[in-house]
Amino acid sequence: MWSLQNIADKVHDWLYLTFNPTLAMLFEFVIIGALAIGLFAMLGLILIYMERKVSAWMQLRLGPNRVGPKGIFQTMADTLKLIVKEGMTPDGADKLLFHIAPFLVMIVAMVVLAPLMFAKGFQIWDINIGVFFITAVSSISVIGVLMAGWASNNKYSLLGAMRSGAQIVSYELSAGLSILAVIVLTGSLKLSDIIASQENGWWIFKGHLPVWIAFVIFIIAVTAETNRAPFDLAEAESELTAGFHTEYSGMKFALFFLAEYVNIFVVCALGATLFLGGWMPLHFGTNTQFNKVMDYIPSVVWFFGKTFFLIFVIMWFRWTFPRLRIDQLLHLEWKYLLPISMINLLLATLIAIMNWHF
Amino acid sequence: MGAGSLIALTIAAITFSGLAILAAKLITRATTNKQKGEPYECGVPTRGPSWVQYNVGYYLFALLFLIFDVELIFLFPWAVVVKKIGWVAMIEILIFFFILFTGFLYAHKKGALKWK
Repeated sequence: MWSLQNIADKVHDWLYLTFNPTLAMLFEFVIIGALAIGLFAMLGLILIYMERKVSAWMQLRLGPNRVGPKGIFQTMADTLKLIVKEGMTPDGADKLLFHIAPFLVMIVAMVVLAPLMFAKGFQIWDINIGVFFITAVSSISVIGVLMAGWASNNKYSLLGAMRSGAQIVSYELSAGLSILAVIVLTGSLKLSDIIASQENGWWIFKGHLPVWIAFVIFIIAVTAETNRAPFDLAEAESELTAGFHTEYSGMKFALFFLAEYVNIFVVCALGATLFLGGWMPLHFGTNTQFNKVMDYIPSVVWFFGKTFFLIFVIMWFRWTFPRLRIDQLLHLEWKYLLPISMINLLLATLIAIMNWHF
Repeated sequence: MGAGSLIALTIAAITFSGLAILAAKLITRATTNKQKGEPYECGVPTRGPSWVQYNVGYYLFALLFLIFDVELIFLFPWAVVVKKIGWVAMIEILIFFFILFTGFLYAHKKGALKWK
């Protein structure tokens, strides 16, 4: 049967049979790099188009509809525009940090892709601390944001970066604690193990109350971590023009934008993996007829379907809730989400030890 | 794939962003002008330096974060083995959480979580 795993295995075998090991490994690295860049470009195009269409739909507008059928080439046209724009550096800026920051943000966004499982057996590196790796590496992007905001020599940028730092750093705690609720139940940090543990039902179905609470907290926390509305204080347009990337223009701005969308994809993919079963098809107990139909859908479709559903939910938030104030935002995290997720973790432990989950 | 894939991905990210910036630099025509390099603050001339010391509120949250983040790192290995060990691990983490919560309540009472 056709599957991504077969193709990956065949390519791997062919490379190692044809060339000597060093060269084969090198070729494999090149293929991985090319695939990751391709995924980046595709995600950028699709997610920005989706963002515009979803916002248009929520506001009863048409959205982009001139460039290409249904406006699907609008993002490409915008990318062309951004390439033609001049990349400026403000006079008083710290030149080195100003130029490094977009690279750092991009590197973080790309390295985080490594442990994600895109389909059955299709993964770049099945690292045994996968979940930990993602939470650890994705928090490095704060440094990129602070760097960009500080180096710009602009008050808006500095304010945006400081807010963004306080926000990402705070919400990381409850995101981490809600992830731990699932880890306690699975007993492994490896993404392939976590997905395998959901073969007879996704955690959202069989994990009882703690997993539901964890799921809700996770979605709120990642919305804040990726600086999305209603937590988009870091770049609140009406207060700070564009926050930490006010002074960036042209391609560097585009890179920040792209990294932001890839980060949304990564956190949603992590959420789909932990709570919604990753590439596992939807199964209903012993209903074999139904299960067979669901198995027929390729695993890559399941994975991207769940991920894009979560991305849609996050976009939905943007047009539903008004923006919070910075003190409200920090109160929400430190006075509500953090204590709730700590108690929730204890509850999850109790259920794991008593074997109350299915 | 092993840890080498991380190097591959890092290099891919650098080449991707580097090529994009380089292409933009080659295509665009840079013009110079006296006002272009000024920081953008909605047209109003900047007053005073931008690199200022910042509100202590953020600093307190960063400090608290440090404590809780270290706690989170301790929890990760615990979460992996708690199912195998059982009740002992549960009681240990209850003690751990009790100490942490006392500290948290202390910070709360001292007004560290209040926005000034």
